[in-house]
Amino acid sequence: MAHAHESNTKRIWMVFGILSIITIVEVVFGIIKPEVLHLTSFLGTSPLNWIFIILTLAKAYGITWAFMHMEGEKKWFRRAVVWTAVFLIIYLVTLLLIEGGYLFDVLSPLIKWNY
Amino acid sequence: MGATIAVNSEDKTTWNGGGNRPFGASYGKMMMWFFIVSDALTFSGFLAAYGLIRFKFIDSWPIADEVFTHFPFLHGVHAPMYYVALMTFILIFSSVTMVLAVDAGHQMKKKKVAWYMLFTIIGGLIFLGSQAWEWKNFIGGSYGAVQTTDGKILQFVKDGHQIALSDFVVEGHEERVQHTRKNGLWNESEGTLPSYSVNEVVNSYKNDPSVLIRVEKIDLATKKKQILSREEGERYLLNAKQVVEGANLHVNEYGNPIFADFFFFITGFHGFHVFSGVLINIIIFFNVLLGTYEKRGHYEMVEKVGLYWHFVDLVWVFVFTFFYLV
Repeated sequence: MAHAHESNTKRIWMVFGILSIITIVEVVFGIIKPEVLHLTSFLGTSPLNWIFIILTLAKAYGITWAFMHMEGEKKWFRRAVVWTAVFLIIYLVTLLLIEGGYLFDVLSPLIKWNY
Repeated sequence: MGATIAVNSEDKTTWNGGGNRPFGASYGKMMMWFFIVSDALTFSGFLAAYGLIRFKFIDSWPIADEVFTHFPFLHGVHAPMYYVALMTFILIFSSVTMVLAVDAGHQMKKKKVAWYMLFTIIGGLIFLGSQAWEWKNFIGGSYGAVQTTDGKILQFVKDGHQIALSDFVVEGHEERVQHTRKNGLWNESEGTLPSYSVNEVVNSYKNDPSVLIRVEKIDLATKKKQILSREEGERYLLNAKQVVEGANLHVNEYGNPIFADFFFFITGFHGFHVFSGVLINIIIFFNVLLGTYEKRGHYEMVEKVGLYWHFVDLVWVFVFTFFYLV
């Protein structure tokens, strides 16, 4: 066991507090949906969606680093896991979303909305 | 044969070929991490596919807070997202008890580990129950809608709010017997019949001028579903094919059926992970009680199932965002 045997209880509860606050902020934004953020567009989607995505990544960081104890692993072990996953996921998501946008451009004019 | 056996049960270390532990990690922990990487890629494959289809139907995709509006014991109260938010809390909290169990394991406190494992298991079970409840509401539906011959969903609104079929449909004097295996064509059957026939819905719409029809098409300026005028709605209803109540893999009263397909598949796959996580936690819980890890001298097994449990939580964080928030 590389890491020490002292208790990390205090830190665990602190991370839990941060994750809870982030979730509460997300839910409040999701229910109120402020128009300035919801109905405007920024880099392809609404600023509200960007806020959700960034907060989600922050939560993911908190869970992986503190709860899964990634911070205590060796640097290159961490990189082997995180870089691999992050690279492949970004790659896949980028391609599929571009493709989805293309499908919309091609198919949506064919869908009839007036009778 | 000795060379092919990976586990050296004598000194309880599993790496072979000397005392080197690559990256300072034990065999089991590293393999758990590699499993997590591959499982994360599976889930991102699903979520990316969801993104692709959502982008394909970006102008008519169901709006999540109009779909998931139930909260236990609050009947008829419009409570978008509160319930999933609660589920997220339950799962994060069970993650906390898990990490506390790992922490207690480092200090070799058997009793504490057992208690925290028990709390984690209970959290997981509550989450599973919540998910079952969520599925029940989704499958049962809350309003009912009409599907047109080309597959579009027509919902009904009054004063800007969606209303259920039972709120305005007057029953006519027609009755149709459900086709089961033993009546009509032998060994052929059909699904449960909806509460109302298409004719009853269409006639009630014509007789009640306060009811309007809402289509799936999203108005880009307001990001709300378009509401038709009375005349337009009547033209749409000329193409009405069937009454839809609830959602399954073929039809979905909330909009595009593929939304329901992805919902069932992704939350179902995640729920299956939670289920197996609970089972593994139970096994480890009993091992702790039996003193297996006390004898072994370390609680690394708790740490390893902990990794899996946190991963399940991690996936839920993403499912929550992309299914319910964005």
